[in-house]
Amino acid sequence: MTAAPYHPGDADRPVVEAVDITKRFGSTLALSGAGIMVRRGETHALVGRNGAGKSTLVGILTGLQAADGGAVAFDGRPAPPLADRDAWRQRVACVYQKSTIIPTLTVAENLFLNRHARSRAGLIRWSSLRREAQHLLAQWSVDVDVRQPAATLSVEQRQFVEIARALSFGARFIVLDEPTAQLDAAGIDRLFTRIRDLRGQGVTFLFISHHLQEIYDLCDRVTVFRDARHILTAPVAGLSRQALVAAMTGEDVTMPEADHRPPASDAPVLLSVRDLVTASGARLSMRVRAGEVVGIAGGGGSGKVEVAEAVVGLARPVAGSVTLAGRVLRPGSVPDALAAGVGLVPQDRHREGLVPGLSIAENVTMTVPQRIGRYGLISRARRDALARDTIAALTIKAAGPQTPVADLSGGNQQKVVMGRALANDPRLLVLVTPTAGVDVRSKQTLLGVVEDVRRRGTAVLVVSDELDDLRICDRVLVMFQGRVVAEMAHGWSDNDLVAAMEGVDLHHV
Amino acid sequence: MSDTLSTGTVPASAPPPTRPSSRHLAVARLRDLALVPAIVAVAIVGWIISPVFLSTDNVLNVLQSMSEIAILVLAQTIVLITGKMDLSLESTFGLAPGIAAWLVVDPELTRGLGLGLLPDAWAVPVVLLVGALVGAFNGLLIVRFGLNGFIVTLGMLIILRGLLTGISGGQTFFALPGSMTYLGSTSWLGVPASIWVSLLLFAAGIVVLGHTRTGRALYAIGGNADAARAAGIRTDRVLWVALVVASVLAALAGLLISGRLAAVPAAQGDGAIFQVFAAAVIGGVSLNGGRGSVFGAFTGVLLLFMIINVLTLAGVPAQWTNFLNGAVILVALVVSRITGGKAQT
Repeated sequence: MTAAPYHPGDADRPVVEAVDITKRFGSTLALSGAGIMVRRGETHALVGRNGAGKSTLVGILTGLQAADGGAVAFDGRPAPPLADRDAWRQRVACVYQKSTIIPTLTVAENLFLNRHARSRAGLIRWSSLRREAQHLLAQWSVDVDVRQPAATLSVEQRQFVEIARALSFGARFIVLDEPTAQLDAAGIDRLFTRIRDLRGQGVTFLFISHHLQEIYDLCDRVTVFRDARHILTAPVAGLSRQALVAAMTGEDVTMPEADHRPPASDAPVLLSVRDLVTASGARLSMRVRAGEVVGIAGGGGSGKVEVAEAVVGLARPVAGSVTLAGRVLRPGSVPDALAAGVGLVPQDRHREGLVPGLSIAENVTMTVPQRIGRYGLISRARRDALARDTIAALTIKAAGPQTPVADLSGGNQQKVVMGRALANDPRLLVLVTPTAGVDVRSKQTLLGVVEDVRRRGTAVLVVSDELDDLRICDRVLVMFQGRVVAEMAHGWSDNDLVAAMEGVDLHHV
Repeated sequence: MSDTLSTGTVPASAPPPTRPSSRHLAVARLRDLALVPAIVAVAIVGWIISPVFLSTDNVLNVLQSMSEIAILVLAQTIVLITGKMDLSLESTFGLAPGIAAWLVVDPELTRGLGLGLLPDAWAVPVVLLVGALVGAFNGLLIVRFGLNGFIVTLGMLIILRGLLTGISGGQTFFALPGSMTYLGSTSWLGVPASIWVSLLLFAAGIVVLGHTRTGRALYAIGGNADAARAAGIRTDRVLWVALVVASVLAALAGLLISGRLAAVPAAQGDGAIFQVFAAAVIGGVSLNGGRGSVFGAFTGVLLLFMIINVLTLAGVPAQWTNFLNGAVILVALVVSRITGGKAQT
């Protein structure tokens, strides 16, 4: 190792202190004068909604990114230069959601990658490497066979191995970035036991999670970020759930809300989902009437996207049925869903929504070849006419129907996806995170479309965790860990909805 | 807090995750030897068809006929393990000795084929230098400019072949200097030197890829480049070195075959890359990177050439050789899928 050895100092100095950190990515301000202070030996929670600046802060605290302004100090001393990876590794380690384990190599080799035990001739001594690895894992009570390929590790074992590797570099401060996102309840429990053990041995943790309950179960203090700023740092014990959620949501800038008119109570039931079970185990039953807008809310891993994909035929459900206007949809068949009148705005427009090299006209009419031609031949004139209608209706900023969608901005691309979903005059419109990554103006247009189509009697499902998307709904079903845990009528409070998505019930504490 | 919404209150009653069985580990370590039973079987079949098959002369014949391609397989294995691929090796195989011959051969003796610019002693250094330059250029495009390795080396395959055809006028260089023909034609201890060279290179490959940090870095990069970078491996530099080493090996293999044939035809190595890929994949090297071993690659190329030899001894007409080669590749893939339990990718 090239760095001078690093010895953590006395107990009352903070393990890490970041002051007045500012970081820009292009025109977006990811962190604005934000900071955090973590005391030695505590387990410190960092929470905030998506885009609050948590990941950027982690990148700066672990030396992967440089801050544009502000200072980071470990143990009272300034952080080492970014290029000195060894010095950073002695101070801080991060277990990311994305694995930094190499699946094709053994656990032992992963632990000592690029610092293998070597003989005097410079050759790797596999036997002592394995012994060291066994010793290391035994020291931190990780029960894993070091000879097995890392690909065979479970998520939980992988995290333990990554923690042990971090400790072996000398770091006693570990950042856990949403470690519970992929674990089941028993796995979470074992992880927490392990964290408490290590805490007893003097290891400091910065714990990031979307599940507030876990923070109350595990952490000593909590720091809340919102909109790139530090909002508060407080002992967990003295902070009510209401106060924590309020700190996370703040006074959200709300969309100008059109006056909400509920659907006629005698409207017929259009969509009926019975006992749907997805391959991931998420369950849903519901009935939606003509002209009704229903939200399905939930965080990542709640199963909301999976149930939506099962409804529209993108994924084949394990059990259950979907009936649209009296017609039972064939499970896992997109063509059948289209024929029955389902329009879809999929989750990821780049992956499932658009063919970027093709024109607006081709993308918009992709699902409705029968409307723009006969006998398998496509009428260019009719196609362009249809596309021009869409461009006008959705105010897409483009030179004309022949513009490739790759040349459009994110908001306008999303409008093309919406136009395609509307091209077959759907009876059911399913929108999955319809306003992800679009600007405010496009957001208004896209959500305004929902109001138009519902007046024509179309049923709409809005699948999202964005409060603005959900605000237009007549009612919102909240999913958590694959189950619907709450149903909220129009007019819900932000705090209640966010709390329900995080798995906390504010009214039963 | 109602029970349905709690996350952290489940008692730790579930058993800890089970360890993989020791059988699983044994299989993982035996994967290197997966082709050994097949090699033994082919040897027995060959011996039944013709007792000549296991004679020393025939064994040396098989080893010599595969030695040059085997070095190409070694080169390709190094590149494949990093998760890249190098199609241009087959053209480097022809071009490197071709350039050396072009610069060295006396035009008086060869009806104006060569230039005779350099003394004979320069021939072998030029061969290796051409290999290194080709590898460095591949590295420039793939590593530095981040271009797709498949397309870059496909372009290089065509351009280098065209260069060789251009400088030779589509003809064959002959009257090569002694320094160029020595390695390919001489024998050490009664065994052709090209066999020694290829076996020594494979032995070195096994040691380097299995027992040095640089070798393990190749696996790490192929398995997860981001994780390798996070572990402090200079991934760009290692990739560059891998590409240069592979091209130099291809140049050396070209030198061996030129020496054996005492000539450099314009088509030297043409189409060999398919056999090279087939041997590497049959030998258990993953096209996705990070998996495979030098020993496995050796067993792959050995199996391929033993089968070709058996077919020749069995009197199969030469016109059918390609058909059977293709069939052998597919059958070997299916067999390794069955024995390995996982699709070769």
